[in-house]
Amino acid sequence: MSVIYVLLPVALLLGTIALLAFIRAVRTGQFDDLDTPPWRMLTDDEGVESQPREEPTPPSQEAEL
Amino acid sequence: MERGELPKRQPRKSELCDHCALPVPAGLVRPRGRQFCCAACEQVYAIIGELGMDHYYDLRDRFPGQKQPAVHRGRDYAEFGDKTFEELYVREVADDHHRTELYLEGVHCAACIWLVERIPSFCDGVIGARLDLGRSRLVIDWDPRCISLPAIACRLDSLGYPPHPFRGAQGEAAAQRERRDLWIRVAISGAVAGNVMMISFALYGGLFHGIDPTVHRVLRSAALLVSIPALVWGGGWFIRSALRALCNRRLHIDLPVSIGIIAGYAHGTWNVLRGEGDLYLDSVTMLIFLLLAGRLLERGQQRRAAEAAELLHTLAPSRATRIDRSPDGQEFESEVPVEALLPGARLRIRAGETIPADGVVCTGRSELDRSLLTGESRLVPIGQGDRVEAGCTNVSAALEVIVEQVGEESRIGKLLAAMEESARRRAPVVRLADRIAGVFVGAVLLAAVATAVIAARIDPTTAIDRTLALLIVTCPCALALATPLAVSAALGRAARRGILVRGGDVFERLRTPGIVWFDKTGTLTDGQLRRADWIGDSELELAVLAIESESHHPLARAFLPTFVGSIPRATSVGALEGGGITGTVGGNEIVIGSPRAVLAATDATPDHPLARSAEAHAREGSTPVLVARNGVLSGLAIFIDGLRDDSLDTVRAWQNRGWQVGILSGDDPAVAQAIGARLGLDPERCLGGVSPEGKLAQIENDLAAGSKTVMIGDGVNDAAALAAATVGIAIGGGAEAALRAADAFVLDRRLAGVAELLAGAARVIVTIRSNLAFSLLYNAVGASLAIGGVLSPIVAAVLMPLSSLTVVTISWRARTFPEPAARGPVSSGPSTLPAHLARADHMSQTGHLSQAQTGEVRTCP
Repeated sequence: MSVIYVLLPVALLLGTIALLAFIRAVRTGQFDDLDTPPWRMLTDDEGVESQPREEPTPPSQEAEL
Repeated sequence: MERGELPKRQPRKSELCDHCALPVPAGLVRPRGRQFCCAACEQVYAIIGELGMDHYYDLRDRFPGQKQPAVHRGRDYAEFGDKTFEELYVREVADDHHRTELYLEGVHCAACIWLVERIPSFCDGVIGARLDLGRSRLVIDWDPRCISLPAIACRLDSLGYPPHPFRGAQGEAAAQRERRDLWIRVAISGAVAGNVMMISFALYGGLFHGIDPTVHRVLRSAALLVSIPALVWGGGWFIRSALRALCNRRLHIDLPVSIGIIAGYAHGTWNVLRGEGDLYLDSVTMLIFLLLAGRLLERGQQRRAAEAAELLHTLAPSRATRIDRSPDGQEFESEVPVEALLPGARLRIRAGETIPADGVVCTGRSELDRSLLTGESRLVPIGQGDRVEAGCTNVSAALEVIVEQVGEESRIGKLLAAMEESARRRAPVVRLADRIAGVFVGAVLLAAVATAVIAARIDPTTAIDRTLALLIVTCPCALALATPLAVSAALGRAARRGILVRGGDVFERLRTPGIVWFDKTGTLTDGQLRRADWIGDSELELAVLAIESESHHPLARAFLPTFVGSIPRATSVGALEGGGITGTVGGNEIVIGSPRAVLAATDATPDHPLARSAEAHAREGSTPVLVARNGVLSGLAIFIDGLRDDSLDTVRAWQNRGWQVGILSGDDPAVAQAIGARLGLDPERCLGGVSPEGKLAQIENDLAAGSKTVMIGDGVNDAAALAAATVGIAIGGGAEAALRAADAFVLDRRLAGVAELLAGAARVIVTIRSNLAFSLLYNAVGASLAIGGVLSPIVAAVLMPLSSLTVVTISWRARTFPEPAARGPVSSGPSTLPAHLARADHMSQTGHLSQAQTGEVRTCP
């Protein structure tokens, strides 16, 4: 028996699983907003920790440096 | 010099705002310390610091995008807590979990996403926040036992993102279902096309190197089985659309597509069953996928324009200040949503606010800016007993108004109903592709019959094969893609130029010239009064400027921009009975105001030359202001509603393309004539004093006379005409009703965009035509091969995608809305539209409310 009889159903099955996953993603709204996620993932891990504000050096002091 | 110890963010230039990084106006640059371009930025900067969210500024610098100054309203958002508001907009997920959707003004960059979505970390009681940057929409979840919605709204406002209720929720749900449905169909068709292609490759391999007959049969059956979902979900979409068009006795481009799809499947099934003959399933499934993907793209671009209009609608005033009497007779004010207003309610309308309902003034004197409703450029004085209409702006002093009609009963509501009615009646345009489709279907069916008859005589065994192959290969894939692709590419480009177009048919409607009507106030002119003339000595002029600089009246502001230099100080500035302002400058007592008020305040008679001149100007439609020094008439200023810089070029651009240009104005006929003369228009086509209903009637007359009619306007008074016209184009920053009625709108109050739209439309049509020509050429080649009986599935598999690829390339390369080289891109940030909209709102609606709060000074007629 040719290997094609095994491979073809397996390939189609994998394809179907991927398709179902995609449909689920669409149904849960993952394709409703295509603008924000590319930006959100850049700042996702950024915490809230921050250093105290540095006051800008007044021009007079800068001249002395 | 040792530079190593400088702070990290030193490279920023000192004249950039510390909050928004835009340049600080020269007058506001401080000698040292933080720099801010406006008070709102300074406040927001302080609050972000208090909350420990300074990381915002690191992100802002790391992901450079669009820059925009902060917006800060400083309101209490009490109406967000009102019962009616909760019923309308708040969803109770659970007792301790409420959810609502808000439109946020001012979000524009990656750092904004970060800041807004961190709200739960510093605002106790907020469970979650998720921002959609492209649409400026925030979904917020909170625990009502810990925090109230007004408190959250105030917090958002303090961060520089004033919230507005999101009003389009119902239509949105249906649109969302439809969008997701199309995505799923595209996904299924794509998966099928890929898998069928994979199986077909094996079959093509067998064609050249031989294949075991059993494997051959299994593969063909598998291809047929796998392709069925594409027929059901993908093909079904086109077949339904074609049938719907047929039921309406129209021919649609989906009809030949459906014929090709059905022929392909019939042929494939038949050949698989009988075990011989060609299979075209790979071509057919690929075609379904490409076509659906093209439709998805087009929908996406159209959605952008529709949503931008929706956002503007959301920005309309959503609250009113209602005066109620408590049981013990005490009066108190409460902020309520406009939806909660009932006839009989007493409202306080502060200076600068928009009137939310029709009613009668019970206390107070003020002036009304009715330009959006009627097109009048002059301010109308009103007092006790006068009627006010929703949509007008109260200019100079607070009023109390008894509500008479609300919502659909109000004048603006009736105008909106008329607008929707005329939009419904408008005949749909027959698109180029659909017109070709009619001829195309006829030609293909004729060719198919001829092939069947002739081939049956010559070689009966191949007759069916040849006929079906003809039907499949002439399935107008590229033809059906030609319009959507060219249009969606153009819509995207237009949006980047600040021109939002609701659908591709707008381009086709603008194809041939006809009649175009321009509204005057706010469209050809910018709706702002400007000083056109001054009669009097320069010392008096300085004194007038000194007094006017103390006032926030629109006319007072119109005095100022023309002047550079130092202005003396005015003392004892006060209001003049009957519309005006008085003050003392350098020992001289100056009275400024409407001719009637000034004549009453001085001993001068109406026969005085200045008074007569003022009278003459008033008749011509401009606004005169008289000035008296120490009781003697000695100056006259004339104000007109000035032409925009780009009016003349825009009118010329339309005329050059063969359009008949006219003015349709609600303002005084004399003013319309004067503006028309300056633009070189035929006086007979410059109509003034036209009511909103009159505008609609004029458009309908023109349409009935058989000419294509375009309306360009910005006000509520134009809305019905905009909706009725072949194409309605609205100028952004105007009334939201006009934007809802229009087919296209230009943001940023840039009239030149209207000319760009016309030129762009012509280029889109050229693109569509070359697309159509190329796809017809491919179809002709395919058809002759099929009739000759030499078309093999491989040739079809190459020919069909190739024709689509040509169309894609032409569409994407077309420079339909080019960026002018000098100006650079309008924006480079992640969100183009909301930022523009937010700016427009910032400038035009309520941004400068606080300045006009008291209204103690008045100058006007």
